[in-house]
Amino acid sequence: MDPIHQFEIKNLLPIIRIGGTEIAFTNSALFMLIALALILALMLGATRSRALVPGRLQATAEMVYEFVADTLRSSAGQEGMKFFPLVFSIFVFILVLNVIGIIPYAFTVTSHIIITVAFALLVFLTVVIYGFWRHGLRFLKLFVPSGIPIYILPLVTAIEVMSFFSRPVSHSVRLFANMLAGHITLKVFGGFVVMLGGLGLLGWLGAALPLALTTVLTALELLVALLQAYVFAILTCIYLNDAVHPGH
Amino acid sequence: MAQNSAEPVGSVEVPASEHGRGFPPFNTETFVSQLLWLALIFLALYLLMSRIALPRVGSILEARRQRIKDDLAEAQRFKDASDAAIAAHEKALAEARARAQTLANETRAKATAAAEARRKEVDAKLRARITEAEKAIAGTRSAALANVRSIAGEAAAAIVERLTGIAPATEEVGQAVSNAIKR
Repeated sequence: MDPIHQFEIKNLLPIIRIGGTEIAFTNSALFMLIALALILALMLGATRSRALVPGRLQATAEMVYEFVADTLRSSAGQEGMKFFPLVFSIFVFILVLNVIGIIPYAFTVTSHIIITVAFALLVFLTVVIYGFWRHGLRFLKLFVPSGIPIYILPLVTAIEVMSFFSRPVSHSVRLFANMLAGHITLKVFGGFVVMLGGLGLLGWLGAALPLALTTVLTALELLVALLQAYVFAILTCIYLNDAVHPGH
Repeated sequence: MAQNSAEPVGSVEVPASEHGRGFPPFNTETFVSQLLWLALIFLALYLLMSRIALPRVGSILEARRQRIKDDLAEAQRFKDASDAAIAAHEKALAEARARAQTLANETRAKATAAAEARRKEVDAKLRARITEAEKAIAGTRSAALANVRSIAGEAAAAIVERLTGIAPATEEVGQAVSNAIKR
């Protein structure tokens, strides 16, 4: 009944040992592979026939493609489309991992901060490296907004720098915390149902409330899973926009 | 429940004791393997998406867009052709109507002219016959007048002879009759 237990990383197959660290095939890796397989089934399997009039799955694949493409184009412009494969991969991967995590007994890969930090740093470093590579030192104009009176410019620049470097933190913690908190809440209410259910008839009546709450929360968690994947993707688009157009 | 019963079976969790049972997401010992698997699997996903899946979906969408554009263009072409056909048809109709109009006008003019000519001809013929008839009437009249004179002369000569018993000379009688007629 421990609500934290679900986040345990378990070694399924030990593989190699580097120094003190055991590299193993874990439940986290297994669910990442499942997500990869599902995405490939949708994006490659369903589009194999290249039908002019798409079937249901091909239409879904096309819908996701156009959704991500429109989101990226509207926030980073046509020039930002060179990052389309990156944004698309991040979006569908996080989306599928989040949704799989709702299934009972499944493991939620995105509830581990190291994973969300890795994604956030990937985006952050892409922005910094591409920004300097493409614009050189003009990329630093990002921190100096135009049209600001000179006497408050140092202050504004300091704030801009701080907010820029806190991006990967908020970017990763938002997804991690949402996934973690939602799953803990679900587990706690689920635990109430089981505990009260063991107390006989009165307990059965008492368990109805947490059971209803669990049901509603599951629906809410589904929404959060979709929404957080979308939020992660759209923030990625907005940050990439800075790499493409730093001049504002 | 199932997890509860699964826990003791999870004796595979020998590392659990090593980890010191912290909060799993902050257990740094799992970070390396998570990062490694994430890197491997996400790289595979990225490569498969960017090399195969996304170009394929993009080409499907592009092909459909192109097909729709072509079909619309063709429909427009057909519409233009039918519009042109309608216009040509209407022009031909107008021309035919105009031709019929002129033809009718011409025919009417010709018929009018022919009727006029015929009328004139008949007119002239009638006039000639009238003159002829008038001539005949005048001849008859003068002949009748001459007869009247000779009858009047004879009657006058007979009356004179009866009264006087002497037959007057013809010239005298004629003179007298002429005088009387003139009066």
